This record gives sequence, structure tokens and C-alpha cells, in this order.
Amino acid sequence: MADAREPGRSKGLTAIDGAMALIVVLLLLQIWLLTTTLENFLAGYKETTLPAAIVSGLIFAACIGLYFFINGADVERRKH
Amino acid sequence: MSLFRRPSAEPLWRDEFSVFSDDERYVSRRQFAKFLVLASLGMFVGNLWILVRSWFTRRPLYPAATIAQADQIPIGGVKLFLYPTPKDQCILVHTSADEYVAYSQKCTHLSCAVYYSAQYGRLECPCHNGAFSLRDGSVLQGPPPRPLPRVVLQRRGNQLVALGMLVEAEAGRG
Repeated sequence: MADAREPGRSKGLTAIDGAMALIVVLLLLQIWLLTTTLENFLAGYKETTLPAAIVSGLIFAACIGLYFFINGADVERRKH
Repeated sequence: MSLFRRPSAEPLWRDEFSVFSDDERYVSRRQFAKFLVLASLGMFVGNLWILVRSWFTRRPLYPAATIAQADQIPIGGVKLFLYPTPKDQCILVHTSADEYVAYSQKCTHLSCAVYYSAQYGRLECPCHNGAFSLRDGSVLQGPPPRPLPRVVLQRRGNQLVALGMLVEAEAGRG
């Protein structure tokens, strides 16, 4: 039986999927950043460690933001 | 844990264990997103760890150590030695009449011991076919990401003395 709430629910689910895809992309970027920073550090190039840590922190903050967005979308969905 | 607790009036078990199958799609996505964020936190902590290491790691002081007698190694000959600690194996190669080069024997890929290939005149890693230049230790082929650390040598009469180690950045091979 079709759910009367389905259009809204589906829209919320699409938004969550989009946010999750963005988190995955950011995480892949962060993994690449960590490996290249480690490679540079082991090769003796220490000047890249600070900017890499800052960017990694920003990416983590963005992931937190997207997680709260997903949480919020879930809460909104439960209200309906 | 209140940071990650959902702002919901529902009890926790209702948030995390959906009664309806439709809700399960949301719950599983939310839980997976939480896992991804924790993985992101792990990456951030890793970067912070590297940063702290780069701030607090000082350049080691290398002792001067006699590693070989020059006349005991023929041209094309090799001698293995331990430097700067008994755990660090290095390889010395007599390349030409008055030229000696020495590198760490630990491959920069997965730490297998490299050996001297007289046929190709280079240092080779048997594990994954990596090869390093004998001239400056740079990577010629294979998966190694960095050149071999070079041992700084000085000849004192008939003695070959190791004075230190140079990694890629210090040797200006970047």
C-alpha cells in the first residue's frame, strides 16, 4: 500500500543520501591528505604539516555539520 | 555523548531501533553517517599527530663511526654495516676508483632490505621490484615513494667514516 507521506519522506531521504555522498567525498579527500602529509613528513618536508592539519580540521568540521544536517532531516521526518 | 544524541523527545531505543521498515532506511543512514564522521575524526587526529611529531622531533645527533677500511672493498664490492644504531642496517658500495656511496638498506616502500645489483648498477628491492639510483638514492622504478636515506661518508686515510644520514629534503633531492 502506498504511503501518503511518501513524497516528503522520499525527498528527505534524497537530501540525506546527498549529504552522505558529500561526507564520503570529504573523507576520501581527508584520507589522501593524511597519506600525502605522512609521506612528506617522512621525507623530511615538515612545512606541510600545519596547513594539512588545518584543512583536515576544516573537513572534519564540515563532516560534523553534514551529520547534524542528517540528524535534523531525520527529526523533521519523524514529526510528520 | 550528548553531542551526538539526537535532539528528539523519543527514547533512545526508539531512535536507534526503528519499529517500521520505512524508518529503518533513515536509521541505517544516520548510523552510517556517524561512522563516517568518526572516521573523519580519526583522519584529523592522524594529521594532528603528524603535526605534533614535526614540532617536537628534533634532528637526531649522529655519531661519527668508522664503517670500513677502504682498501678492503674492491670496486663493485659491497659491505653491510649498522648505522647509526645497531638496528639500522646500511649498505656501502664501492662504485669507482675513489668513490664510495652508502645508503640505508631499508626500502622506503615496506622496509625490505635492498641489495646492490651489479648488472644494472643500482640498488634493488626484491619484494616489489623497486629500484634506486646508486648516484643519489632516488627512485628509478617500482612502488617506493621516497629515495633511500643517504649516509654521509668521509674518507680519513684508509678509513671510511659515517658522519650522518640525509633524508630526501635534507639532501635536496625533492
